[in-house]
Amino acid sequence: MIDLKSTSRDVSRRRFLISSAAAGGGLALGLRLPGVRNAFAQNGAEGHEVGAWVFIRPNDEVVIRIARSEMGQGTLTGLAQLVAEELDCDWKKVKTEYPTPGQNLARSRVWGDMSTGGSRGIRGSQEYVRKGGAVAREMLIQAAANQWKVPAVECKAEAGSITHTPTGRKTTYGKVANAAAQLEPPKDVKLKDPKDWKIIGKPLARLDTADKLTGKQVYAIDVKLPGMLNASIMDAPVFGAKVKSYDEAKAKAMPGVRHVLRVGETAVAVVADTWWQANQALKALNIVWEESPNDKVSSESIRELLQQGLDAKEGVFIGNKAGDAPQAIGNAAKKIDAVYFAPFENHFTMEPMNCTALVTADRCEVWGATQNAEGALAAAAEAAGLHPSKCDVHKLHLGGGFGRRGRQDYTTKAVLIAKQLHGVPIKLIWSREEDMRQCSYRPVGLCKLSAGLDDKGDLIGLHMRIAAPSILASAAPNRLDSDGRDSAAFQGLNPVGAEARLGYAIPNLLIEHAIRNTHVPVGFWRGVNTNQNAIWLESFIDEVARAASKDPLEFRRQLLANSPKHLAVLNAVADRIGWGTPPGPGVHRGVAQFMGYATYCAGAAEVSVNERGKLKVHRVVIAIDSGYAVNPQQVAMQTEGSVAFGLGAMRYQECTVSNGRMVQENLDTYPMVLMDDFPKVETIVMPSGGFWGGVGEPTISVAAPAVLNAIHAATGSPFRSLPLKNARLQKA
Amino acid sequence: MAKLNINGKSLTLTVDGDTPLLWVLREQAGLTGTKYGCGIGLCGACSVHINGDVQRSCTILVKDVKPADKIVTIEGLSPRGDHPVQKAWLALDVPQCGYCQSGQIMAAAALLKRKPKPTDTDIDEAMTNVCRCGTYQRIRAAVHQAATNTNAAIGNGNKA
Repeated sequence: MIDLKSTSRDVSRRRFLISSAAAGGGLALGLRLPGVRNAFAQNGAEGHEVGAWVFIRPNDEVVIRIARSEMGQGTLTGLAQLVAEELDCDWKKVKTEYPTPGQNLARSRVWGDMSTGGSRGIRGSQEYVRKGGAVAREMLIQAAANQWKVPAVECKAEAGSITHTPTGRKTTYGKVANAAAQLEPPKDVKLKDPKDWKIIGKPLARLDTADKLTGKQVYAIDVKLPGMLNASIMDAPVFGAKVKSYDEAKAKAMPGVRHVLRVGETAVAVVADTWWQANQALKALNIVWEESPNDKVSSESIRELLQQGLDAKEGVFIGNKAGDAPQAIGNAAKKIDAVYFAPFENHFTMEPMNCTALVTADRCEVWGATQNAEGALAAAAEAAGLHPSKCDVHKLHLGGGFGRRGRQDYTTKAVLIAKQLHGVPIKLIWSREEDMRQCSYRPVGLCKLSAGLDDKGDLIGLHMRIAAPSILASAAPNRLDSDGRDSAAFQGLNPVGAEARLGYAIPNLLIEHAIRNTHVPVGFWRGVNTNQNAIWLESFIDEVARAASKDPLEFRRQLLANSPKHLAVLNAVADRIGWGTPPGPGVHRGVAQFMGYATYCAGAAEVSVNERGKLKVHRVVIAIDSGYAVNPQQVAMQTEGSVAFGLGAMRYQECTVSNGRMVQENLDTYPMVLMDDFPKVETIVMPSGGFWGGVGEPTISVAAPAVLNAIHAATGSPFRSLPLKNARLQKA
Repeated sequence: MAKLNINGKSLTLTVDGDTPLLWVLREQAGLTGTKYGCGIGLCGACSVHINGDVQRSCTILVKDVKPADKIVTIEGLSPRGDHPVQKAWLALDVPQCGYCQSGQIMAAAALLKRKPKPTDTDIDEAMTNVCRCGTYQRIRAAVHQAATNTNAAIGNGNKA
């Protein structure tokens, strides 16, 4: 991997490409647009860059640069709001564009980190993008002041206009943009006090909706380049197995087929005129893989491995420790034990993995949907064998990401194919089945919990032992601690920190992770480790509260006495759901709270279980304190999405392993939450100010445990093994 | 060779008859608003109208489509993206990633043509498309809003 940070090159020789929907749905290739200094070409019109983040056209249109990826989470609109607030521009005239990672590289990463994961899109860049807006505003005001030969302090900006207050003279951003662009950007700018925000914090409509309603939005899977061929690929179903043989002649004789190509040691691709032809021929290849040491791995053998981790002494890492939990539990008046299980999960983005690549002897361009444009650039460069300065990535809106598109394996494969066919653009689309078989799965895990209560029913000791694969070991080994500990495994369970702290005060506590890796790659799945950690802990807390004959809400309140923000969101959902008031007939309630991504969340649910054991989730209330809520409407939408994602996994979804292969290949065996079983979701957006938390992922943690606790109330039994479809629910 | 009537236009396309309509629309007719999601007729991202009924184009072979069958895709639903369903979707800002929304909109438009004032149960039964982003609550509200704003002009769009 080449270090992007250490590389820079001559800005003036940048090569711009027409891309994206602005070109009318067809992408022109390699078109040079000379003479537009510092301007992006893809939006066509002349204009001027005023600081790195803002491009202003003569007609006063403001184009805001968005470095992060839009995958549905609304970050594009939220980031534009942050810049526009400080810029004091007219929101109705705001457009957006993506700088490419190649442009970022060429300008010493002026747009900073382009990766979009960990719910960091806004919180990770809010300060410098707001400064970008403020810098541009100051430059525009200065340009107007220079023109009027007056001091800049006598001028003020509002909604894209500049007024010289003493004389009432006015001009617009579009008129002074050229002069502003020549000025040196100010070094220090003062950001507005949040109480003065007019654009941040408002539930403004998204900027990217209209084209999604007419079929005009170009996703990566829709890219079409002149002379392009289409590819379908199959990689080893037993991860890492090498290709042994395949029937090339049969596939080559099929209609439209141009090439049958090896892709690395483990995969074969067919390239044809259309993707459908390529995929049909791929099925006819009858690829055989060599024997692999993992051929016998199954869900059962993985479970045995995890089971062994629950009591093992080796390969165990501590995440949180206070007092002596085993001893306190051993001496407790009452002891409670449970073992929980969660399976592997697939992201199932609606748009399957795909990437279009064009490689020549000295250039590699890719068009893709990625959560990490710079990662895609590095992957493309490495696969093409070219320096990153000779490569670029044209980013399109993502048909879903959820963590999957942080990994660039599909970019690598597209480039490895295109590299064998110099000068021919290749669009590689994974079939849904390939997408299901080649994921970085949410890790499988077992968790053994023990708690001790004193004679008053107070929790005096908790021991939590997780046995699961390490995400960092699989997806980002450089982020493991030096002793091999995976710090991310303790998300939401940490003793300290602003990111993901356990709110409960428990005098004797031990939380451990026995790392038990398998051959199945694991990765970042919306909410990452908060999913399982919250299901385990929050379901178990209900078990313990019941054993103590205490109300689950009151039991939590007592433990959260010293965690006011955790407590505030919990109280908010309890009030809204009507905790303590009688629910409707047959309806039962549950609550849960958790922290992740520097955001505090709580959930409350109402469910019923009928005589036949059928579950109905009626209502889910979620409270979220992310410090600031840049766009409360988008916060609510992300919460609704997190509920759908969390409940789908909890109720229906599991990826199992048989003979080393992932078993589920499509929706027939990996069903989703649909309209008819999506509950009424009420979101309480309650930003308390003073910190910046994430939004896309944190609320997923509380959705499933709140519902599981309501099911516990309805059935009288805890459900400890997910998904729920494997259990029989019985009305209490 | 296939003769198809798509969005009011007759097209003759060179294509193997065993190709699913979805891929003919996307790869031969250049209409990429209709999406590939699962390929087995379960997700609904590929939904189009055929003679006014919503159909999942990934499971319909092009040889089974007659030249007289009127196919309408998202691109042909309304001349200016102003079908009542599209207007309601815009007003309520329904999409997140948007990938499934062409199919959702086609399913909703067909539902409203059949049942101009659908109940929640009607919506549950008719709207079985997957949205991985979880926009269901807003889809439901938008279907109701479109029903309120729908007049006799609602139909299959574009001369179809």
